[in-house]
Amino acid sequence: MTIEALIWLIPLPPVLAFFLIAVFTFRNRKLSHTLAVGSAALSWAASMIVFYQAVLTPELSEHPFVSQIDWLPLGQGWFRIGVQIDPLAAVTLFFVAWTVLMIFIYSIGYHNYGQPVGEQDRPGLQPHGASVTGEDGKVRRVPSVEPMYARFFAFIALFAFGMYALVVTDNLLTLYMAWEIMGLCSYLLIGFWYGKPSARDAAVKAFLTTRVGDMFMLLGLAALYWLTGTLNYRLILSNSVVLKQLAEAASPVLGLSWAGLVGLLIFFGTVGKSAQFPLHVWLPDAMEGPTPVSAMIHAATMVSAGVYLVLRFFPLISAGWMPGDALTPTLMVMATIGAFSALFAASIALAQRDIKRVLAYSTISQLAYMITALGVGAYVAAAFHLVTHAFFKALLFLDSGSVIHGMEHGALHTGEHIDPQDMFNMGGLGKKMPITFWTFLIGGLALSGFPLVTAGFWSKDEILSGALNSGYVVVFGVLAFSAFLTAFYTARQITLTFLGNPRTGSAEHACESKLVMTLPLVVLAFFAVTVGWVGIPENFPILGGLFPNWFEHFVSGMLLEHGKGGLVGHSPLPLIISLIVAPLGLLLGWWVYRAVPAGTVDPLQSVIGPVYTLLKNKYYIDELYHQMFVRPAIWLADVFTVQWVDRGVIDGVVDGTGRLGLWLGRAFSRYFDIPVITGTGDTVAFGTRRLGTNLKWIQSGRVQQYMILTVAAIVILGGVLYFLLA
Amino acid sequence: MIPLSWYLMFAALLFCVGLYGVLARRNAIGILMGVELMLNAVNINLLAFWSYLYAMRLNGLVFVAIVFVAAAAEAAVGLALIISAYRRRNTVIVEELSLLKG
Amino acid sequence: MSATQVIFLVTAGVTLGAAVMTVSARKMMHAALWLVLALTGIAVLFVLLQSSFFAVAQVLIYIGAIAILIIFSVMLTRRIVQEQYPSVNRFWWVAILLALMVFIGLAVTLSSWRGLYPDRQAVNEHPEDIAALGLALVDPAGFVIPFEVASLLLLAALVGAIFIAIERKGGRR
Repeated sequence: MTIEALIWLIPLPPVLAFFLIAVFTFRNRKLSHTLAVGSAALSWAASMIVFYQAVLTPELSEHPFVSQIDWLPLGQGWFRIGVQIDPLAAVTLFFVAWTVLMIFIYSIGYHNYGQPVGEQDRPGLQPHGASVTGEDGKVRRVPSVEPMYARFFAFIALFAFGMYALVVTDNLLTLYMAWEIMGLCSYLLIGFWYGKPSARDAAVKAFLTTRVGDMFMLLGLAALYWLTGTLNYRLILSNSVVLKQLAEAASPVLGLSWAGLVGLLIFFGTVGKSAQFPLHVWLPDAMEGPTPVSAMIHAATMVSAGVYLVLRFFPLISAGWMPGDALTPTLMVMATIGAFSALFAASIALAQRDIKRVLAYSTISQLAYMITALGVGAYVAAAFHLVTHAFFKALLFLDSGSVIHGMEHGALHTGEHIDPQDMFNMGGLGKKMPITFWTFLIGGLALSGFPLVTAGFWSKDEILSGALNSGYVVVFGVLAFSAFLTAFYTARQITLTFLGNPRTGSAEHACESKLVMTLPLVVLAFFAVTVGWVGIPENFPILGGLFPNWFEHFVSGMLLEHGKGGLVGHSPLPLIISLIVAPLGLLLGWWVYRAVPAGTVDPLQSVIGPVYTLLKNKYYIDELYHQMFVRPAIWLADVFTVQWVDRGVIDGVVDGTGRLGLWLGRAFSRYFDIPVITGTGDTVAFGTRRLGTNLKWIQSGRVQQYMILTVAAIVILGGVLYFLLA
Repeated sequence: MIPLSWYLMFAALLFCVGLYGVLARRNAIGILMGVELMLNAVNINLLAFWSYLYAMRLNGLVFVAIVFVAAAAEAAVGLALIISAYRRRNTVIVEELSLLKG
Repeated sequence: MSATQVIFLVTAGVTLGAAVMTVSARKMMHAALWLVLALTGIAVLFVLLQSSFFAVAQVLIYIGAIAILIIFSVMLTRRIVQEQYPSVNRFWWVAILLALMVFIGLAVTLSSWRGLYPDRQAVNEHPEDIAALGLALVDPAGFVIPFEVASLLLLAALVGAIFIAIERKGGRR
């Protein structure tokens, strides 16, 4: 099989698994998860082969693996779709394949496969646990299996299909389809426990919020097609003539060039999907879904897809800009939104109590790093951080799921009614759950960019140096401060969760998760450390020459003219900053939270006071949006549309028309219908009837009378004609 | 030589006799006989014209042949109808077969 | 008056007499036999018109087939036809009147036609050519389509006659 054919096949197994599970095997848990995990494994294997081939191919960016078919007949010619693996797609495929497979395996354990069915479990609600009678006759509470087990695997398989399709596709239209498939899946999975009102609301919120961004993206897509007549990546992005024309043609909006406008519209799609500042609100609420879904959305698929999109379209977005120039408006918008989101989300994460929400805000913050990096032109750094972040964030989410699982186990054991996700209910879990603790520690250090050993350090360092090289010191400063905050809240999280003494009985009785859950953690932890080593800058002191900077060589070919020299000078300042802020933040975080007794307020609250309340309430953005958009929308629907327009205007018009019609009808009936129409009709009818009655005798039924009449008529007519003609 | 007018006058007479039979006979078979007489009158006309004026052409002969065919078909179907009506209504008097009376 | 004219007048008189008897005989069987006589007279006239083929055809088809068919029908239906009733309906005088008027009309029309007295008979120069007639009936440039339509008509009449006259078991209405 050729490599191109293999690429076509990569997205196929998950979608097949989706249909098989949804249609045939949904009653059988084992068969369902075997299908789902098997499909993920098949896609994983194919992806690894493709990735391996891609790495071995020299000059892959000039000659990517491409295969196309005619798909949609257009007026002249065809709309062609196809697959394309270039360096960016290859590395994306790499981390997507690994994280998806790990998340699938982990889900088996997370949904308590093999446990008894809970007595009170209902579809659409979290499992409540089951009572079993042990060998000693005692009744114990144990976790129960998820009631909609097969359904989960069907959805998540479709989700994986969407991501794979998005990665391997070679044009913006199919990318958009895959993008929307993922939007649908995120809706279905965030609202997986639809019995909870909060989950329902979160699902709708995620769907609608991302839809706002998607609308802009669709506009950008349409504009791009109108401008270039194609949506194929290579025809647009690898074509310097097209890019130059787009960069120089002025669009009618805000004095932007067409390239800038289309880039901005596509970037808004990313803002929605990757949860950047104005549209970030859905992502924390998305924590209502099961934890593997959070990992899926936050690491492997959805938000990565957003960054992947801007990475993919960076040549267009940055068209007309050279390293060292002042930023174009579009890049400026990206850098601003990115830097703001990074700081904004990191600060909110400081005050969250829910273990998953902290991670959610850290995701926004880390994605903002990538956006910022792109905004200042550090393309390779952004791509690098995308990869490393996918691994350590997937790891962290799965870890947090493992922690929650352990806490639920303890809560079932003790019978407490506590929130198993609240970090202030935890403490001392490091001893109970050693594998989870150590892998969480690795992930947390990578997130905070702990120097030298973790992947996060190398990628974040590159972003910081890219920001400084661009000359925007403010951006650099914001990012550096955000890095400090990141380290701080990571330390807070680790300390509250794993260190110190247990603050509740549930934490006391928590226990380590099963192998099916811990094994993916170990695998991902391995990558969270080692992935960074492929991208160590060559001019880094001491370590620089040990490993070749493979990643930059591989990926930078994606850019046409610039980017190759994007990261020339590696100044010592960002290095020093990265070396200092991460350990400092970690240390500070540990020191503040090292001994928090049960039932006390957050120590941070006593230090920063009202700011803490502001952070805790997420800057009241949700409330603001509620006032700005939701209330007016409801007012529009309820008061304006229903009461004024509908009842007042429309009903009035309808009623008036009705009355007018009634009056007209009566008038017509009295003065026109009865005398004229009815009279005419009756006259005709009765006249015909009278005529018929009078002529009836002719129809005697006797053939010969008919014939006599006929012959008589012929004779008379013939005679008349004869005399007339003669 | 026999004048053409004789033939034509004879045919006209025969036609009128047949017409009378068709119009006046009560018996359905009698009506059919009248029709046959009328058809023969026509045939005589056709052959007379052919013979006196248009012997160089075949049209007249072909016409006569087709009249033969039509007569045969008419007789077959007509008599079948009479037999059928007789079988059901037990009569061949057309005045008694006035099902179409309005 | 030549011999052929005498023959014609005698034949025509016999034929007309037979025709009148055909339409006026009380007994249908007699009427049928008078019809045979009238048809035979017409066959003789065909000979006088120098169309020996149609004279033979007249004998074969009319006398041999149609007249026999009529006789059979008369015999099949004779049981009920009471012969004490009048053989004509009550409008017979109208029928006579109309027949007369048609004859007067035809006679007037013919008498005013100039071609009524041709000075010679065309058939003397062009005798009847049956071979040419046969070829013309199957010639696409000739009369093949009327021929085919006629054969179709015969087939339809055959099927129709059988269908109508067949005695159905169970007596559908």
